[in-house]
Amino acid sequence: MSDDGVVFLAVNKINLRLGGPAGTGIMNTGMMFSKACSRIGLHVFDYPEYPSLIRGGHNTYLVRAEDEPLHSHIRMVDVLIAFDEPTLSLHADELKEDSLVVYDDATVKPARTRLRQGIRCPLPLQRLVTEAGGTEVMANTVALAAVLGILDYDFAVFETIIRDQFKGKPEVAELNVKVARHGYDYAQQHYEHLSHYRLSKTAAPKRMVLSGNEAIALGAVKAGMKFYAAYPMTPSSSILHNLAAWQERHGIVVKHAEDEISVINMAVGAGYAGVRAMCGTSGGGFALMNEAIALAGITETPLVIVEVQRPGPATGMPTWTEQGDLQYVLHAGHGEFPRFVLAPGDVEECFWLTVEAFNIAERYQTPVIILSDKYLGESHRTMEFPDLSQVRIDRGKLLTQTPAGYLRYQVTDDGISPRALPGTPDGFSLSNSYEHDEFGWVTEEPESRKRMVEKRTRKGETYKREMPQPGLIGAPDASLTIVSWGSNKGPILGAMKFLQGEGIVVNYLHLTHLSPFPAERVAELLTQAKRTLLIENNGTGQLGQLIRAETGIELKERFLRYDGRPHSPEEIHDKIRAMLRGA
Amino acid sequence: MVTKEELASPVKPTWCPGCGDFGIWLSLKSALVQLGLKHEEFVIVYGIGCSGNMCNFIRGYGFEALHGRPIPVAEAIKMVNPRLKVIVVAGDGDTYGEGLNHFVTACRGNHDVTLIVHDNRVYGLTTGQASPTSGKGYKSKSTPAGTIETPVKPLALALAVDAGWVARGFSADPQQLTSLMVAAMQHPGFSVLDVLQNCATFNKVNDVTWFKEHAYKANHDIHDRMAALKVALDEEHLATGVIYADKREPYDGELGTRSVVDEELSSIDITETMDEFV
Repeated sequence: MSDDGVVFLAVNKINLRLGGPAGTGIMNTGMMFSKACSRIGLHVFDYPEYPSLIRGGHNTYLVRAEDEPLHSHIRMVDVLIAFDEPTLSLHADELKEDSLVVYDDATVKPARTRLRQGIRCPLPLQRLVTEAGGTEVMANTVALAAVLGILDYDFAVFETIIRDQFKGKPEVAELNVKVARHGYDYAQQHYEHLSHYRLSKTAAPKRMVLSGNEAIALGAVKAGMKFYAAYPMTPSSSILHNLAAWQERHGIVVKHAEDEISVINMAVGAGYAGVRAMCGTSGGGFALMNEAIALAGITETPLVIVEVQRPGPATGMPTWTEQGDLQYVLHAGHGEFPRFVLAPGDVEECFWLTVEAFNIAERYQTPVIILSDKYLGESHRTMEFPDLSQVRIDRGKLLTQTPAGYLRYQVTDDGISPRALPGTPDGFSLSNSYEHDEFGWVTEEPESRKRMVEKRTRKGETYKREMPQPGLIGAPDASLTIVSWGSNKGPILGAMKFLQGEGIVVNYLHLTHLSPFPAERVAELLTQAKRTLLIENNGTGQLGQLIRAETGIELKERFLRYDGRPHSPEEIHDKIRAMLRGA
Repeated sequence: MVTKEELASPVKPTWCPGCGDFGIWLSLKSALVQLGLKHEEFVIVYGIGCSGNMCNFIRGYGFEALHGRPIPVAEAIKMVNPRLKVIVVAGDGDTYGEGLNHFVTACRGNHDVTLIVHDNRVYGLTTGQASPTSGKGYKSKSTPAGTIETPVKPLALALAVDAGWVARGFSADPQQLTSLMVAAMQHPGFSVLDVLQNCATFNKVNDVTWFKEHAYKANHDIHDRMAALKVALDEEHLATGVIYADKREPYDGELGTRSVVDEELSSIDITETMDEFV
């Protein structure tokens, strides 16, 4: 371990981990560091990990920032800020010789931990807080400010972040700035010799730092969603929180209902009444919603449902990540009707697929499920401002007047009937959860039943003709084709970059439209592939099952992870290297 | 304004001869006509059961929901389009069994929705099992030795969770029932109208004669909540009429009476919201 030997210089390339007991502000501090990096023009990816409790337990927040686009977290850290001793032990193996290890030496004693690597940077955090007149809870701010001091970050930028954080509370902001300044100056003074990690301003455009959940909320607002209902459930709740905060500004109705059954039935009611409606949950809440998904199916009510997966079954591991619900979601709701399932892989796709989901819902008069997960939903990434001129609002066959002789379920070639809303002048209509005739009156007559089953099925077939087709990411002629979906996209792109640096060319079939399934195109691409590797964040390879059911192709080589953690680019890299070396 | 003829559906009711549903159906149509509503001014959300089958017997904007779930559907319709008069037609199984949580929450929320419950104390459409309002000891196919649970007392339950307008009607008294329905729909806020009715086929205990023997016209102070609660808890003497009436801001009033259903979707500005993420 050296205190003075500068081995290398890393400017604007950093991986920082904060760790400590839950309930001490780790999440906020991590988010502030993400924003600090983004505001000087860096690309950011961050990943919070926390147990399902409010106090105690181990929380960590990993922030990776570089001057080129990032897609996922990586393991080895450059800076570790430890607010307790367990953090040093738990993350000791992620440190390199030159990593900086920051802690308050009044409370954290490295000798009692597994810490072996890294440059120790003890700081009197609590003392610094007291000296600056702050309160105990500001230790995080001081620690972050001190690290920014060591990294030679422009304090003026950090100051604007603190002031934004405490908007509307100028006195609190002022005190935090004062405390931060003190920590920053102390670190600059005492660790002047450590200058191998640096963060400096770059001439980059302004970007957002947002999570998948936030990108879905933003996309929904832009798409014209006017009603959102939810019951709190980790890891989907931040969609509810964001939309609730925006309801005045954007004129949306946000309802925290009594249970998920009410949530989805409300969304069905709002969709029937004619507004773009959405509801959100995780697997357990989604299970409660199942009957009403079938209700939306037979009444042909437009509706968007967000399912942010966490590991099940049942309560499972609430704050961790998994893609264990795919096959469930594909078959959600009883009876036969086309299922529409979209699975975004990053924040951009969260935004754009949400916009698309509302158009599909209204065009095909159907429930549409957006399938995300904790890793995507709660990790933040920098995102360029989207080109909003590309947003199209397609309300489908929506009528402004109810014509005489109106038939809500008129049989048509494309399976889609004109839709008149309640309250539309000059008519009346019936939307019926029972099997019905073209008007909507209940009927159990066999020919009519057949026509209605076929009409609903045709909507899926119409969509298949109109849907976007998947393509390969990377060189068409590669020795290996990765097949995957959802949030694995980030770690896979990260691994592909490592492999590219080693001269290994692989490409990647990233599937976002999972139902109806683009079977012909997928079969064509898989038939052309030299070798395939299925990567999923579940134990049974559920996309693999879908592909086999739809194309008859079995992807035999699989790399599955199901320990509640996301795939890592390093492990995907190692797996592919081993595969290709063995070949 | 709709006429009885315009409300008439081409589908013939499938209820048994002598069913109390007929009285409720006729009263509802009379009330809609009396209120002078146009088709585009009201929507009826139905539950599942013999009661909900009414969706096929009234011509108007209607939504036949799931068993137990018409209330949340109706609440959301009102939240996004407060111009509509929203009515729920449901059964005792829908409201006090499968969907009890929604009933309780709707009372607390005071959504401006009128709830009409066909309370015949039995599950008719599934051929005669005990319902949440069946008397204790009620023998049925699913409870051959008699129910062990005591019955839900709907009016008392509604009062306990702050319902602002609570009434009880009787299917065999269509004149009173119609006027209760009109008053319920005119009340701004959640209005609970529990309707005693017979099931001619399956409930041999609570038939029309039994109801007539037990019912009386309410004569207490309907603005006195404790007096109302006492009346509502009485299972021997069944008061009909308005049991409790209160004035309280309805949900959509507190929400701000915006009709989001009218809003233009093509030019929503999210600049300020995106800037929050910088």
